[in-house]
Amino acid sequence: MLDTLKGPIQAVQDFCELTGRAIRNVFRKPHYVDDILLQMESIGVGSVPIVLLTGFFSGAVMAMQMGRGLQDYGQTGRTGQFVSIILVRELGPVLTGVMVAGRNSSGIASELGSMKVTEQIDAMRALGTDPIQKLVTPRMIAAALMLPCLTIVDDFVGMIGGWIMANVLFSVPGRQYWSTVWRALVWSDVGQGLTKPFIFSFAVSLIGCYYGLRATGGTQGVGRATTQAVVWASIAIFVLDLFVSKIFIAISQIGT
Amino acid sequence: MAEPITPNGESHPSLLRFEEVSVRFAADPPVIDRLSFNVRAGETRIILGAAGSGKTVLLKTAMGLIQPAGGRVFLFDEDVTNKAEAELFNIRSKIGMLFQESALFDSMTVAQNVAYPLLNQKAIVIPRDQMEPAVRKSLSFVELENTMDKYPSELSGGMRRRVAIARAVVTNPPLLLYDSPTAGLDPITAHTIMALIVKERDANNTTALVVTHRYQDGNLVANFRYNPKSGRLDPVGPEGTNTIFMVMKEGRLVFEGNQTDLEACSDSYVTKFVKRPELEAA
Repeated sequence: MLDTLKGPIQAVQDFCELTGRAIRNVFRKPHYVDDILLQMESIGVGSVPIVLLTGFFSGAVMAMQMGRGLQDYGQTGRTGQFVSIILVRELGPVLTGVMVAGRNSSGIASELGSMKVTEQIDAMRALGTDPIQKLVTPRMIAAALMLPCLTIVDDFVGMIGGWIMANVLFSVPGRQYWSTVWRALVWSDVGQGLTKPFIFSFAVSLIGCYYGLRATGGTQGVGRATTQAVVWASIAIFVLDLFVSKIFIAISQIGT
Repeated sequence: MAEPITPNGESHPSLLRFEEVSVRFAADPPVIDRLSFNVRAGETRIILGAAGSGKTVLLKTAMGLIQPAGGRVFLFDEDVTNKAEAELFNIRSKIGMLFQESALFDSMTVAQNVAYPLLNQKAIVIPRDQMEPAVRKSLSFVELENTMDKYPSELSGGMRRRVAIARAVVTNPPLLLYDSPTAGLDPITAHTIMALIVKERDANNTTALVVTHRYQDGNLVANFRYNPKSGRLDPVGPEGTNTIFMVMKEGRLVFEGNQTDLEACSDSYVTKFVKRPELEAA
């Protein structure tokens, strides 16, 4: 029994150690600004197309399903309200997180994994560089800055998708749709909608780095690391989502 | 073995010393088992051994990239066993290492790869305007100064190995570790690489550990010296170089001595690395 648990416990301990060192490096020199900008371009700008597509269609399909349900009560005019709340509080951050995990956790794991199995990580250490400072911290910072921005894009595009569907299928006037979208949101929704992607970004970047840096066994090992990174980053996003949602609900209940 | 004595009577300083060093991964048998040896300045050590005998792990342990499970490692007479990573950076700047697969950074050009230690080794301070000449000089040493703007993926295996040598020697380190420099190369390219190692040793008076499984590599290092006037390697015989052979078997040192002793050794494992058909024919 203890032997079975030893592996996962060791993995959690190693991951926590990596996280601690990556965060500590934020406050230590040297800072690889070029690498941070490069990663921001890769994680942020590079993910815009998939975020636009998933955001638009998720918003559209949500408006379609919500509109159908609300039609029975003659409340199609409130479609925007539902689309807005669900997108900003839940669907936007989670979908963006999962899409970026699929694209970037895998990319990070395969890049770092290839470097590991070709001894580039050892070479980096031999040549006076801390690989966590040079490779992990810039990715963590870039993801933490870009994921909330991508979520804002996803939310907005999703609202546009919802507006088109509400207008075409249920003849909801644009002014009414955007008015309900705007009025439905309160500051805590915006706070929740931006806190979640910020927290998810650590899962996306650090899980990718963790599996990449522990890759062994040549190209097969890199493939395995890539798969594990995507799976665990996606699972972590859903688990974290539950906890963050619970915390925000508890805070809002205290407020009332 | 008697300590080598310099003309003024002082013994050569120790650059790398292993004292009963053991390395193991998880619960597996030790990859290196109670290994002891002492490398003194001016020596060239040829480390022979079968695949999996612990040669690469030995070099990585010497560099502090792998921490031993037991024993002590001394670099330049400083105990580096279980030192924190940050504390090792200074001492690592005195060592150049050629990795088995070259380990050039894919995302950087050849010039950026060679400049990397100059930019990142904290102990090495070089003015910005001296950077490019240093890189150019190092690349010209391996006769690849025309590849500065190329990426490693655009180079052949032998050229990548030569760029990696240029990166290892650009800071003029007194100690060089070569991990299987000729592995996977054709005989002509392998000879070129070994000739570069001899040239580096004799032109800059460096100490080197060369891991290989090819006896002819060791034979070349032990019997030839670089002639700076002619730019060629001249045969000088085993007495003309300070070359020591080590043979590793399953993490243990089974032979340590000069070429004459190695060729006279009757151990069945050791003779597999020495009595090659081409040598017997010669």
